[in-house]
Amino acid sequence: MITHTHRPLRVILYEGTGSIALPAESRAKVMMALLDKGYAVTRSGQGASAVPHDDRSLLVLGAFEGKAPTLEDATGQITIDTRDITGLAPDAIVSLVEKTRGDKPMNEPGKWKPWFPVIDYTRCTNCMQCLSFCLFDVYGVSEDNKIQVQNNDNCKTNCPACSRVCPEVAIMFPKYQGSPINGDEVNENEAKREKIKVDISSLLGGDIYSTLKDRSSAFKSRFSKERSSDKALDERKKCLTKLVGDGFIPADVLASLPSTEEILKKAEVAKAKAAAALAAQ
Amino acid sequence: MPDTPTILYCRCAYAQVVPAGVKNEVLGKLCESAASFETVSDLCEMAAHRDPRLQAIASCSHLRIAACYPRAVHGLFQQAGSPLPENAEILNMRTQTAAEITDALLKS
Repeated sequence: MITHTHRPLRVILYEGTGSIALPAESRAKVMMALLDKGYAVTRSGQGASAVPHDDRSLLVLGAFEGKAPTLEDATGQITIDTRDITGLAPDAIVSLVEKTRGDKPMNEPGKWKPWFPVIDYTRCTNCMQCLSFCLFDVYGVSEDNKIQVQNNDNCKTNCPACSRVCPEVAIMFPKYQGSPINGDEVNENEAKREKIKVDISSLLGGDIYSTLKDRSSAFKSRFSKERSSDKALDERKKCLTKLVGDGFIPADVLASLPSTEEILKKAEVAKAKAAAALAAQ
Repeated sequence: MPDTPTILYCRCAYAQVVPAGVKNEVLGKLCESAASFETVSDLCEMAAHRDPRLQAIASCSHLRIAACYPRAVHGLFQQAGSPLPENAEILNMRTQTAAEITDALLKS
């Protein structure tokens, strides 16, 4: 999981008592510019509740007419800076915020795309196909044996292949364009077609985990004969090639796939994890 | 005012999948109103980083969120460990008009 959260300031555009409200157009320009730089901005006016504060510093901007108040957090935990923006143009207000932040690091749009799978647990049946399919260890199993996204920073930008192989259409990529992978409601007829497509593709793992679920030793024996590791690898390659051909996997992702030996090793590890999780259910 | 809704606007600044015209108009209308509201640069980016601010947002009892598909927004908060309350109203700037969204955000 990505843990580098750099968001040093919560900016408050204060337009309450003691401050003159900005013209609406200027207010919108300031807010758009700050948001596009990665800041979180609160407009403090009337008629709505504010989100409780977290542990970041506050920067309070207001047209205080030269009399910016000095504010102090009653708990002593948060630094509160106030700045007078009387008469400043939107660009100058944004510069003032940037200057106040100084050289504190901050996540900024344009440098990284938040691309990672989001599981819709109202649809997910915990079949573990995604765990089996993803070669980049994005998925894992929780302590209570549920599939979860554990390493979203391992996900390959613009690759939604795991959502394509999910038989329940339970995996979303909110930054994807097409429906229902983008989070749009699932048309159940389309979902059935997706399931058929996955079955035809004979995806690696497609029937591995249903086999584990019914725990039939006879079936397991047949499975182990029919699904040699070489055959499984061939199936995965066919599937990946098809997904690339359909435009679902960027070519650079295919080029960065692990070696054959690593894929087989990963498949074994995934199989063991899934088997343990399903057996514990 | 315990039942006053908290309005949250997501700018989707990291990937631009929300139409610029709609998100600019929604923000413009919010700025024309007298209402207080919260804005964030990108909910996906915050979820990716498990930003603790998501928990603060989810703790609000009456939320109206202008972002994208409700299924995705619920999933983002849940995956970040801060599930949204069931009564959270989510407006979709990818499919709804700016007028529909601002009406729903600002209704009393």
